[in-house]
Amino acid sequence: MPVPHTAFAPEATTNHALRAYLHGLPGVDEVGARARAQDLSTRSIKTTAKAKAIDLAISMVDLTTLEGADTPGKVRSLCAKAALPDPADRTVPHVGAVCVYPDMVATAVEALRGTGIGVASVATAFPSGRAPLEVKLADTRQAVADGASEIDMVIDRGAFLSGDYLKVHEEIVAVKEACGEAHLKVILETGELVTYDNVRRASHLAMRAGGDFIKTSTGKVAPAATPPVTLIMLEAVRDHFAATGRRIGVKPAGGIRTTKDAVRNLVLVNETAGPDWLTPDLFRIGASSLLNDLLMQRTRLSTGTYPGPDYYTQD
Amino acid sequence: MIFEYAPAPESRSVVSLRETYDLFIDGEFTPARSGEYLTTLNPADEEKLAQVAVAAPEDVDRAVAAARRAYDTVWSRMSGAERGKYLFRIARIIQERSRELAVLESMDNGKPIKETRDVDLPLVAAHFFYYAGWADKLSHAGLGPDPRPLGVAAQVIPWNFPLLMLAWKIAPALATGNTVVLKPAETTPLTALVFAQICQEADLPPGVVNILTGAGETGRALVQHPGTDKVAFTGSTEVGRQIARAVAGTDKRVTLELGGKGANIVYDDAALDQAVEGVVSGIFFNQGHVCCAGSRLLVQESIAEEFLPRLKERISKLRLGDPLDKNTDIGAINSAAQLERVRELTATADEENVERWSPACELPERGYWFAPTVLTGVSQAHRVAREEIFGPVLSVLTFRTPEEAVTKANNTPYGLSAGVWTEKGSRMLWTAERLRAGVIWSNTFNKFDPTSPFGGYKESGYGREGGRHGLEAYLG
Repeated sequence: MPVPHTAFAPEATTNHALRAYLHGLPGVDEVGARARAQDLSTRSIKTTAKAKAIDLAISMVDLTTLEGADTPGKVRSLCAKAALPDPADRTVPHVGAVCVYPDMVATAVEALRGTGIGVASVATAFPSGRAPLEVKLADTRQAVADGASEIDMVIDRGAFLSGDYLKVHEEIVAVKEACGEAHLKVILETGELVTYDNVRRASHLAMRAGGDFIKTSTGKVAPAATPPVTLIMLEAVRDHFAATGRRIGVKPAGGIRTTKDAVRNLVLVNETAGPDWLTPDLFRIGASSLLNDLLMQRTRLSTGTYPGPDYYTQD
Repeated sequence: MIFEYAPAPESRSVVSLRETYDLFIDGEFTPARSGEYLTTLNPADEEKLAQVAVAAPEDVDRAVAAARRAYDTVWSRMSGAERGKYLFRIARIIQERSRELAVLESMDNGKPIKETRDVDLPLVAAHFFYYAGWADKLSHAGLGPDPRPLGVAAQVIPWNFPLLMLAWKIAPALATGNTVVLKPAETTPLTALVFAQICQEADLPPGVVNILTGAGETGRALVQHPGTDKVAFTGSTEVGRQIARAVAGTDKRVTLELGGKGANIVYDDAALDQAVEGVVSGIFFNQGHVCCAGSRLLVQESIAEEFLPRLKERISKLRLGDPLDKNTDIGAINSAAQLERVRELTATADEENVERWSPACELPERGYWFAPTVLTGVSQAHRVAREEIFGPVLSVLTFRTPEEAVTKANNTPYGLSAGVWTEKGSRMLWTAERLRAGVIWSNTFNKFDPTSPFGGYKESGYGREGGRHGLEAYLG
């Protein structure tokens, strides 16, 4: 059932208009949001549902390495794993994408050629975003030129927190333009926005500015993708769809390490935005160690035993 | 459907049901003098669970005499610290056996395991722990330097929260040095009988707790028995009135916790997603079999058009079915009689041209089921806005100003609970000050805690249970 929206985005974009729009959104009651997320975390997903959820989750993983110590060798090894997560079992689906720093995009694109897996690149002076706009745009253009099909940008949290919504908006619009055909994921870094009201406002701001995905965190700041934050972002995309007819994706990233965490995220999606969002086109999980746990649980479910962590590749 | 939750039933193997259960008098299970038994069913599939003895007036005499003896010879003379030890022991055993009790409660009552596991049982244990702590501190309860117990308490409890209501009654009574004769509801006697076993396991002195099963006649004999000093009842306003009449002119103390028609007031500046959650849990928690349910939604007219579709979408996601499935949100109606009442009252809405909506939701073939229902276009004059339905039926009314919200919320013979949803603190306080209800929840609903007193205004009853206030009901 379509859900009407409380506040409608203003036509002209001024800071005043954006503020009126964002502050006109319904508030979020923190206690209630936590309680709802906790309630959904008690769903019991077993047997066939669990098998389906694990495969779905694998196909939604943005397999990530964002370390200063990354090397072409490490990225190539990650790409091999992305294409064939479990060499012993070819029925395992490939992951959603590989996520790397801009200077590793070319390596990853080369390694993934022919697999159908896209390369996502963080850009815009990730993770802090503290660089002049021109630098951020150059960062983005280079990643796209090297073959990235998805760009994960960070918003200017300082501007957001100081109430300069227009600056945040304009940056997203500019980066979106620099992306060209590439999909844009907008990282809100919710751990720095702190309040759930801010999470909701930043979500709507990013969607309105043209983001294709809204993403919780860089993974460099704690807390990262907590269930209530993901819940609020899923409510935001649900409301945005009801108001505009446009479906925006959601990507929790950071801190999702176990199959249980991943399945809980799928339950959040299923019961908040709805089953339409249960596709890698509209939901991704940014993670690195999660994939091995998913594989291990998958084997456990089909064979009844844990093969042990040594049977899965570390990087 | 991309992601269909597979059945996730909680195992019944933790419960070992006996074929028949006798009365628990003076520390032992003993057959009823009546020789009669009643059958208790699983309302989710109408399967027989067990035969339960029906206490006759002679059995009530025996139980009251046992309770008196235990009061005179043991319990009233025991130090508070010693009584507290027994209560702590009972609380711990309840925690240890909580899975078994949760499954049994779901089977006998029809409520989802998610609720018995996460709400009922933790609160039951918490209640015993809380009052265990008071047992040796009664002189600090603000009731004088040496408050005295009343004697023997006759306690009659309802079927909606069988074990929790038992805890609300027995824990404060025992902590204050009273002994009890308790009658559980006719349709949900089983957890009380397991509680009797727990009393044995805890070595509680015989006669301190007596459990008499049976129907209305047994309850009547118990509350009218001349040998008791206190009557505590939770249930319908109609029966509450009969009890008040029966004990009028005697020196018995009485507390009554009766019906309600709680209002959930949603202002236009409320946190909408959380308000939707609160309205849903306010009426659909425990199938609406909650005396303090938010059965009337009062939503500000300016957001009604937006709020109702959100509410309906959320209700469509509720999962109705097997109460033992861990993913079930809505279980079975407790009895055929209650189902009939819910149907009958809801049908008056059809006659009164109230719009009725339920999500597409398949009801199981066997058992007692009623789909979550929302009635819109309801006015104060409609029966569904005035009478307690005690089922999963929400009446939606609108208001334009805060004054109107308060007037409508208070315009009921009941006064048990209310909820207020607004992000504005001053409006919250303004509204709460004016609502005549025993419990007012602010941006939440159906939250319970042993430290918080609970009780009603007007026809919702008198006396308070829970917290320090709950001690007053059992001390002279």
